[in-house]
Amino acid sequence: MRLRATLAGLAVAAAGVGALATVTDGFRTATTDGAWRLAVAARPQPLPDVTLVDQTGATFLLSDLRGRPLLVAFFYTNCPAICGLLVSQFQLALDALLERPGGREVRLLSISFDTARDNVAALADYAERLGADGRTWRVARVADPAKLEALLDAFGVVVLPDGAGGFVHNAAIYRVDAEGTLTRVYDPDAVDRAIADLAG
Amino acid sequence: MIAGLALYLVLVAPPIAAWLERTMAGHMLLQVPLLALAGGLVARGILGRHGAGLAGFNAAGIAGLLVAVFVAAVWMLPRTLDAALRDPLVEAAKFTSVPLLIGAPLALSWPLLPPVARAFVWANVISHAAVLGWLYRAAPDRLCARYLFDQQATVGAVLLIIAAVLLFALASYAIAGSPWQGRTVATAPIELAHPPFGDIREEEPRIQA
Repeated sequence: MRLRATLAGLAVAAAGVGALATVTDGFRTATTDGAWRLAVAARPQPLPDVTLVDQTGATFLLSDLRGRPLLVAFFYTNCPAICGLLVSQFQLALDALLERPGGREVRLLSISFDTARDNVAALADYAERLGADGRTWRVARVADPAKLEALLDAFGVVVLPDGAGGFVHNAAIYRVDAEGTLTRVYDPDAVDRAIADLAG
Repeated sequence: MIAGLALYLVLVAPPIAAWLERTMAGHMLLQVPLLALAGGLVARGILGRHGAGLAGFNAAGIAGLLVAVFVAAVWMLPRTLDAALRDPLVEAAKFTSVPLLIGAPLALSWPLLPPVARAFVWANVISHAAVLGWLYRAAPDRLCARYLFDQQATVGAVLLIIAAVLLFALASYAIAGSPWQGRTVATAPIELAHPPFGDIREEEPRIQA
């Protein structure tokens, strides 16, 4: 009787630890974002080829940026919170890249998910205020709002209306390689690491 | 048993499920515990209220308790709550595993657990609710990608309240059940329908031949 109970307890404990290890990627993460970062690092993810409009009104395909390393961040111009951090990170990145040999090869792309309000004029105003030069650093949105969800899904971005006209969203800096594949997801304040990795 | 089935049918109804899942507190602290309760009520209706030793494999209720604890741990992860909102298969897994693998084993094992094991469970529930509540309130980042930051703080507050209420209930029980019980009106024993440690007074020393 006691042997059976002990064996059953041990078997359940082993299965339970195994189950927890599976859903936490080996006890490395408990969150969706953490799991996504690990998944991207382990297996680079393809991205859909969507048409974007930048701050000058020029349209381009995401695939047009292939051939150079690319850092991407998602934002909306009325964001009162985390987007400010992403912007300051891209400002730092822009300065660092322009000074670095070969840094001008890298492209920065801020993509707005507020397709209702962020038209070309709003993007242009935002880009000017923040110093996005339109060459190394472009500020854009999807040309066709119907394509937004697929793009956000591919990058692992979750956008929720905050009930006050704004959005809550997970923030990260995404690295896309020269082949147009999503290869890494960085913390929103880790642009220096992203740039160091690009150099490496 | 009927109550358990009825509760399950209510919880699985799409409008009710969607309503509970609209908030993180509703999802984590109402829907999941109520699904477990439904499973527990049905299991108790089928197998009786004295637990099930399952031919010795669940002696003292330890194996069943462990099943419930591990499955509950899986469904308390922010990642699995997010996945249940996004993926219908994960949602279906939640609606089956929570009643079958948390509620049912708990209902079948709890009557078999020795008082010291029940005390251990309660002490852990209280301390984990308190620590998790504090963490959820203090975390600078959103833990669930699909719930807003303020909902996370609400979950933290509710967990802290749960910890405080359970602690108060347990302390009251400990005092009411102390050796001084019955000496004064203020500490008269309170009959609980489901005493946290089981009815210790029923435990008679067993003399084996």
